[in-house]
Amino acid sequence: MSIPLPRGPRPAAPSPASSALTFAWRAVLKFRHVPEQLFDLVMTPIMFTLLFTFIFGGALAGSSTAYLQWFIPGILVQTTVFNTVYSGMGLSTDLSKGLFDRFRSLPIWSLAPFAGLMVGDMLRHSIAGAIILGIGLALGYRPEAGLTGILASFALLLAIGFGWGWIFIVLGLVVRTPMTVMTLGFAVLFPVTFASNIMVDPVTMPGWLQAFVAVNPVSLMTTAMRALMAGTATLGEIGLALLGPAILTALLAPLTLALYRRR
Amino acid sequence: MQEDLAIRARGLRRSFGDLRAVDGIDLDVPRGMIFAILGPNGAGKTTLLRMLATLTRPDAGSAQVMGHDLSEHPEKVRAAIAMTGQFASLDEDLTGRENLVMLARLWGFGWRAAKARAGELLAAFDLAEAARKQVKDYSGGMRRRLDIAASLIVTPGVLFLDEPTTGLDPSARAGVWRLIRGLSAEGVTILLTTQYLEEADQLAGRIAVIDHGRKIAEGTSRELKAQTGSGVLHVTPLDPGNRAIALGILGEAAQADPEGARLSVPVTDDAEAAAHLARLAEAGIRLAEFSLGAPSLDEVFFALTGKEAA
Ligand SMILES: Nc1ncnc2c1ncn2[C@@H]1O[C@H](COP(=O)(O)OP(=O)(O)OP(=O)(O)O)[C@@H](O)[C@H]1O
Ligand SMILES: [Mg+2]
Repeated sequence: MSIPLPRGPRPAAPSPASSALTFAWRAVLKFRHVPEQLFDLVMTPIMFTLLFTFIFGGALAGSSTAYLQWFIPGILVQTTVFNTVYSGMGLSTDLSKGLFDRFRSLPIWSLAPFAGLMVGDMLRHSIAGAIILGIGLALGYRPEAGLTGILASFALLLAIGFGWGWIFIVLGLVVRTPMTVMTLGFAVLFPVTFASNIMVDPVTMPGWLQAFVAVNPVSLMTTAMRALMAGTATLGEIGLALLGPAILTALLAPLTLALYRRR
Repeated sequence: MQEDLAIRARGLRRSFGDLRAVDGIDLDVPRGMIFAILGPNGAGKTTLLRMLATLTRPDAGSAQVMGHDLSEHPEKVRAAIAMTGQFASLDEDLTGRENLVMLARLWGFGWRAAKARAGELLAAFDLAEAARKQVKDYSGGMRRRLDIAASLIVTPGVLFLDEPTTGLDPSARAGVWRLIRGLSAEGVTILLTTQYLEEADQLAGRIAVIDHGRKIAEGTSRELKAQTGSGVLHVTPLDPGNRAIALGILGEAAQADPEGARLSVPVTDDAEAAAHLARLAEAGIRLAEFSLGAPSLDEVFFALTGKEAA
């Protein structure tokens, strides 16, 4: 058996952008080979949308259609935030399989695998968001700001996904198994998304809870999403919504790098 | 720094909590050689390899790999080596081709060149037909070959192979052995770990035996055998009733297999084995089966340390 071993000089190390692009290509391939993962991503939000709209919608907002106007921007935020858990699980799987050992021995920008994960996430968030929005539109949701509102709110959604994604990348790096990442993730995300203004207007909640809901980043993001869809968004609202993701990125991106180098 | 050494390690140590996984190991691996690290489960083989491959930081000690210092220039060490870990480091969801194209891209190949390199390696590793299958559908042997191919996108100075044949059937194992010999013939230095004396014996120019994080012996296969006996004669009497008599004929060193009807006796060469067989025949003891094998790892350990392997 003869093995082709090139003798000449090796190619020059790839640029950060080129290696991130390669990792993004990998994420797209995964979508192609494992389309079932889409099912995991949108199943729960679809169920939530149907349940809340038809069972609680009338009681909460007077009619199902009126409730949809309230709920759809919020469920988009919830879908995105929950889906960041899956990228942490994917990372944890790669780490446990030793794939990252290989990546670590390559002459690439050390954050490139994470940038690639992020690009894959953006794709996932866009697809999941589009499906949920599509269902909303079919049920009668009508964003006042039309297409502009949708595009603007999706841009915000991606920023949210980017920021929150770091939480689970860090978890993926420190926790041993993908299952633990999921359990931990859901344990945090359920209370944080429910104690927000996604499902109901917080006016009927007890005062201490209202105080929490008011500063909960999930509420701030949801408020901005609603405003963008309605075409009434102020710079302040958008700024507050981006505050959480910005802080998370500023803190956790360097932490990710440190954890990764230390392993 | 000696130019003729691919790896030179001194006093490498690494603990996990209270456990000393690698407890002061020196290693000199000449360039171009196949060097085997032989040891039972938990001996510290993986930890040692990972330290040399810059994937685990040593607590103490130093090493140079292809002339580069492990702690001072880990990036230069990385550029000079490739490692195929104990468990496949592949993306199971992707196809074999996609895995290799991805890695070639990450080594800096353009798309077209990456695809060409992937095609070359798939053909050389007999994976061309499976190129478009997802890795999760590969057999153990195919996965191993792909994993090794993935370490050869560019030509490494040293290739680390952690238990390259554990879990493979005999024909897949023979395939991997051929591969390793082929790579060595191309001038690649190979440091491999194994739990099988036979594998080390078949492939390696030198063997280091490690246990509990320490090196307990090192030498060529011939030198080790001088210490451990070159082989073991196994015989199974046709009539189980003859086992006790046969054991007496084979002498003091002979042992009865606790589970089967087999008897084993260490021998230094084929002539001694033949002599044992002749004496059994003279005594009229018919055999159902006999074979001459390399001593097992347990027997090597017993010979080297006088203790059972851990
Ligand atoms: N990351 C880790 N954390 C804690 N203990 C570890 C870690 N890695 C290895 N060990 C321990 O160190 C010892 C040596 O492990 P190592 O994996 O190096 O052995 P090995 O010779 O490769 O064994 P095997 O043949 O089973 O692969 C074992 O007792 C193992 O449990
Ligand atoms: Mg091991």
